[in-house]
Amino acid sequence: MKTLFLTLLFVSIPICSVFSQDPALEESMQRGSEIYADFCVTCHLEKGEGVPHTFPPLAKSDYLMNNREASIRGVKFGQQIEIVVNGVTYNSAMPDPGLENEEVADVMNYILNSWGNSTDKMVTLEEVEATQK
Amino acid sequence: MKKSIILFQLIVVTFNFSCGQESENQVDIPENSPFSAELLIDGLEIPWGMAFLPDGAILITEKSGELIRFKDGIRTKISNVPQVYQRGQGGLLDIVPHPDYSNNGWLYITYASSEGEEKGGHTALMRAKLKGNELVDNELLYKGSPNTTKGQHFGSRIVFGDDGYLYFSIGERGARDENPQDITRDGGKIYRINDDGSIPQDNPFVGTEGAKTAIYSYGHRNPQGLAKHPETGAIWDNEHGPRGGDEINIIEKGANYGWPVITYGINYSGTPITDKTEMEGMEQPIHYWVPSIAPSGMAFITSDKYEGYQGSLLVGSLAFQYLERLVLDGNKVVKREKLMGGLGRVRDVRQGPDGLIYVAIEGKGVYKLIPKS
Repeated sequence: MKTLFLTLLFVSIPICSVFSQDPALEESMQRGSEIYADFCVTCHLEKGEGVPHTFPPLAKSDYLMNNREASIRGVKFGQQIEIVVNGVTYNSAMPDPGLENEEVADVMNYILNSWGNSTDKMVTLEEVEATQK
Repeated sequence: MKKSIILFQLIVVTFNFSCGQESENQVDIPENSPFSAELLIDGLEIPWGMAFLPDGAILITEKSGELIRFKDGIRTKISNVPQVYQRGQGGLLDIVPHPDYSNNGWLYITYASSEGEEKGGHTALMRAKLKGNELVDNELLYKGSPNTTKGQHFGSRIVFGDDGYLYFSIGERGARDENPQDITRDGGKIYRINDDGSIPQDNPFVGTEGAKTAIYSYGHRNPQGLAKHPETGAIWDNEHGPRGGDEINIIEKGANYGWPVITYGINYSGTPITDKTEMEGMEQPIHYWVPSIAPSGMAFITSDKYEGYQGSLLVGSLAFQYLERLVLDGNKVVKREKLMGGLGRVRDVRQGPDGLIYVAIEGKGVYKLIPKS
């Protein structure tokens, strides 16, 4: 019986770590998904696919994954700079969405870990606070 | 046998459903247009509304909260503009001069405001006069409540009717199940007030217990276009629907426009909102767009400056970034044309006192359409 229990325990630990994420990240992503549905979805669309040449994709976006700080800055303050995402140039302005710092962290965690994106490091409130214009 | 009937029904349902999101009303791209577009005012971020003053000045609201005057090539920032709640789609919104502006000097402005007890904001309407480079005599005329931190659907456009009343819109503030169908709550409505903010005694819900008596019509989602028909004097709106349900409506007193009980659209996620597109006691749009163009701004062309354009309706498209011209036969849309493609999100369109068309485009500025001779 004990052996069975231990076996189950040892088998379940790696399985859990694969299937269940850090609960803090999960909660942040859940809140972030609501922010996304309110502020982001009309342009970046339901699966983060965006609109070619107009609204950059977030799903599997090389710009997003390689420019973490600039992406946080864009969400925090809005942006009007030319960027290249997956080989396509974008030059439309994104207005300042007017989010609180916690909300910026939550929506960043959502988009950094959805639609095939993933990151090892959770975006924290401190990280957003430290991001300057 | 039974199985095949079910299968057949399933096919019919699927077919209808997919048809509902296909382009049902084709937009044409004309080979020649009777104008060339000249960028009159550059370097604007989100020029939300435009007002033309008798001295030739144009006032432009920037969503971020700035009010800009453009006159003789010089731009001036106007001070003492109300503090805006800058979040999501909220900010400084529409601006319209009083029909008798040259005598009374009143300007009417809608904006997202955080005034009130609760956290968040809601759409407000105020009036003020322009003295030098500042607004004076500021008066708050209406404030939607309660505030909410939702970033969606503030509306808002303003238009004066031939009856002298002021009409303005407030979107449903992202609370579709609470606001649009409830006349005791703000949001998802078109309002009608006197020019001093008082409520006309013949408003449809005056005397109805608990009702917001400024309401003129309800069941709207997010109207960002409002214009007076030049011949009938009727108030027309355009409003953002969900995916595939943008509409043009003719606004009637006390009428219910159905959101979210009836709609031609579906959720952004592709799931249905309702299976009903019509119901007794609810108004039908005179036109709906599939797919959604995300309409903003609305102007009837009354001038004869552009060959073949007189009598048609202009609407901006945010999503597809062009100016749409709708050719009308009475209250029916008989043709759609795509103009000024590829410049950016078209936020507002107006016919100026000179009979020329002015178009406000996000990230660009204000274009003047110069007629080709």
